[in-house]
Amino acid sequence: MGIEPLTPARAARVLLLAAAFAAVVMLLTPLVGPARIDLWKAWRGEFPDAQMFFGVRWPRTLLAMLSGGALALAGVLFQALLRDPLASPFTLGVSSGASLGAVLMIVLGVHSLWGLPALWAGAACGALAVLLIVVSVAAEGRRVSSFTLLLAGVAINSIASSLIMLLHNLATVGQSFAIVHWLMGNIDPVPAGTLAGLALIVLPVSLAACAYARHWNLMAVGEEWAAARGASPQRLLLGGYLAGSLLAAAVTAVTGPIGFVGLVVPHALRLVIGSDHRVLLPASFLAGGAFLTLCDTAARTMLSVELPVSVVTALVGGPVFIFLLRSRRRSLWL
Amino acid sequence: MSVQFELERVGMRYNGAAVLEGVTLRFPRAELVTLIGPNGAGKSTMLGIMAGLRRPHEGRCLMNGRSVSAWRRRDFARLVSFVPQTLRFDFPFTAEQVVLMGRTPYAGGFFDSREDWLAVHEAMEATDTRELARRDFRSLSGGERQRVMLAAALAQKPGALLLDEPAAFLDLHHQLMVYELLRRQARLGLLVIAVTHDVNLAASYADRVVALRAGRVLADAAPCEALSVERIREVFGVRAEWLQRSGGGAWIAYGN
Repeated sequence: MGIEPLTPARAARVLLLAAAFAAVVMLLTPLVGPARIDLWKAWRGEFPDAQMFFGVRWPRTLLAMLSGGALALAGVLFQALLRDPLASPFTLGVSSGASLGAVLMIVLGVHSLWGLPALWAGAACGALAVLLIVVSVAAEGRRVSSFTLLLAGVAINSIASSLIMLLHNLATVGQSFAIVHWLMGNIDPVPAGTLAGLALIVLPVSLAACAYARHWNLMAVGEEWAAARGASPQRLLLGGYLAGSLLAAAVTAVTGPIGFVGLVVPHALRLVIGSDHRVLLPASFLAGGAFLTLCDTAARTMLSVELPVSVVTALVGGPVFIFLLRSRRRSLWL
Repeated sequence: MSVQFELERVGMRYNGAAVLEGVTLRFPRAELVTLIGPNGAGKSTMLGIMAGLRRPHEGRCLMNGRSVSAWRRRDFARLVSFVPQTLRFDFPFTAEQVVLMGRTPYAGGFFDSREDWLAVHEAMEATDTRELARRDFRSLSGGERQRVMLAAALAQKPGALLLDEPAAFLDLHHQLMVYELLRRQARLGLLVIAVTHDVNLAASYADRVVALRAGRVLADAAPCEALSVERIREVFGVRAEWLQRSGGGAWIAYGN
């Protein structure tokens, strides 16, 4: 028993299954909700089904797919680059930077920046600032090591978190509510333009990351190992860090920090399909997206009030992951 | 393709302390060279410089006439393969996947070619690791891991193999197996340079022994000369004695 080597047939089997799962989730979750939607009527553009489906629920599903996919893929990247199973898209401070930016906007009472909602713009700037600071702190001369990257990231993360608490402390009650709401992370309906913008960042970056899959395999083993097999660890480390951070930052700016997806989806998949990044990366994207979409559907329908999606990701995903970990059964056919 | 190395007055220092100093060595032909010396003599550092993992602070290291750092990593990796002493894995890779990583310098498309698989099977056959293929690398013993890493290096089809203590965790049978294999590779045209602490393995298998001490070359000669009783005392500060084995071979006994 064990993980089969990656042949085109096996890759097709795994990825088709993941894609089919994601497609079913994308098609069915918009139908779930307080108001019933007839898929056929929606398809023919009849009111109100079409407006409900394409105008409200479908964009939300797409946002959850993109966000979950990007977070899971960024998680895989960071875990491989840092060789740390506990690494997540948030380990290196990107999300606390984004949160700090957003919280600052709330406290300053800014509503719009450069024509964008201030929360998104602030979060994007915060994430970018953290990115630059971490790289410049971690770079010793022209070399960057995964170890200094990790330490710099964790330190910046703590600093940003403390600043958030400081700002929170100074905020009024109304602002405080907005801050907590943002920090919990939410898949709120967003305009089509935002969705398109997010897709324009997430999809190319994810594809590029998948194209380097062989090299992430090497990096997951070690930097010297990678160097001795003809790769350039310095460039891979920096490129992977930038790609992962870009994904995490873009998503966090729109949704706020949503934990758990980037940590647990990759590990659950490794248990089932192994660590070869050539299938692990695309499968993580599809499974992460489907997982977050399902969690968001549960979050908005389980109770009469909408729950924060990050609560559901952990409450639903946690037990599933523990079950997988306990059973430790590797699939024979995937 | 055959590989030649030239080290010219190579020096390396960490925080002012010299780890290597004025090391000049030539490796012009395919043979099995063992690198011996006490801990901290600079053996691994020298191997790292030759593998292109670090740059020397002084002097230069040439591979086939060109500075190691001037080679494109991918081209270099098709000629020179490096095997570290140990690897720590955090993620579930199978032994087969680890060996397949040796084919990265040849990778064209997204999947592995027939040639890749052929090289992998051949390398796993040679290192006696076929039955470990589907096992999780983390579940292997130290010796099994070392053989799998060696297989990855062979699958790389290099002209030179650089190994950091390839027999350190191996049982007696596999120690001999690995050195038989290394000698066979050297006969097939590979330059093999292995760090070892085992003077008897060095004496019985090496064509040439390089002894380092405190970052300097103390001896560079055939085993019987480089491992003479006086040399061993000089290098390790240990009394040694050459004994005659019943089969006619020699055995180095040491101890005070």
